[in-house]
Amino acid sequence: MASLKELKDRIGSVKSTQKITKAKQMVAAAKLRKAQAAAEAARPYANRLADVMGSLASKVSGDSAPLLLRGTGSDQKHLLVVVNTDKGLCGGLNSNVVKEAKKQAAKLIAEGKDVVFYLVGKKGRAPIKRDYADRIGHHFDTSTVKNIGFDEAEGIADDLVARFEAGEFDVAHLVYPIFKSALAQDPTTVQLLPVPSPETAEESDAAVEYEPDEEEILAELLPRYVKTQLFGALLEREASEQGASMTAMDNATRNAGELIDKLTIQYNRSRQAAITTELIEIIAGAEAL
Amino acid sequence: MALHFELVTPSKLVRSEEVHMVVVPGSEGEFGVLEGHAPFMSTIRDGAVQVYKTEGGEPESIEVRGGFAEVGEKGLTVLAEHVEG
Repeated sequence: MASLKELKDRIGSVKSTQKITKAKQMVAAAKLRKAQAAAEAARPYANRLADVMGSLASKVSGDSAPLLLRGTGSDQKHLLVVVNTDKGLCGGLNSNVVKEAKKQAAKLIAEGKDVVFYLVGKKGRAPIKRDYADRIGHHFDTSTVKNIGFDEAEGIADDLVARFEAGEFDVAHLVYPIFKSALAQDPTTVQLLPVPSPETAEESDAAVEYEPDEEEILAELLPRYVKTQLFGALLEREASEQGASMTAMDNATRNAGELIDKLTIQYNRSRQAAITTELIEIIAGAEAL
Repeated sequence: MALHFELVTPSKLVRSEEVHMVVVPGSEGEFGVLEGHAPFMSTIRDGAVQVYKTEGGEPESIEVRGGFAEVGEKGLTVLAEHVEG
């Protein structure tokens, strides 16, 4: 049985932990709102670009298509771009993303492909290194940036496109968490490079004039499309991180509350027991006289 | 007599309004877009997009970097990577 003082200290320490988790939860809730707004604001651009890409890609096909659309013609070397967060305290988010990435890697390796990881964010590094230490190609550090923006997406995309053009890999997949709600963030995998031909829903019958020609516009749009995809992934990551963090911290706060209640009951019981013992001692002493 | 003009960057929708005319710095020369322009698509070079709210009025300049312009039935859409100011 712990002494009264020990119990009291324990309660104090759990209380201060609860304060921290509660503060973190509130910070995450505020940041989540911002991250969601940013993700929402980025949608028009992505949609427009996808539309234009779709109508252009259907016009340009065959050998005249740029490398980014056509691919290298082989699919031996695969690159897995895994987007993780930089900070922890967000529940199972990162382990879920890593699990998805490892699943993809295992599948590709079983098919006899070469797999290399390209990591974005700090938290994926350690768990992936455990299983695929020799396959980690590059790590893009985003931990020094406070507000993740288009510049980072641009940096990653330029790097990827340069590596693709240099023939370092044939196919790139992007693994990142999609923010559904504060409770659910689904890790997903999409093909990044070569750019998958978007399905054209609307058949444009109007004769559109292009300046310069289709190929050149497409060649300029493709890297931009990759950037937008990465930017979207980064925004989803931000929102997911804050959402997961909010949920995890909410749970932690509740658990701390439960623990405090339990410890308080235990503390009161011991205190009463001590008082009772003292009383019995006094009464026994008085009766002995 | 109004042209629907949208200026979009990856981080937000900068403009969405009815204007009279917009002059866009296309990569092969500037071009002005009025209402009812034929479908057209062009990359743009870094420079100023000039927005004329009314006929004969003073244009408003918006500096854009990296992007392209699309004219369709719905009007003019400029997708730019960066917008200054």
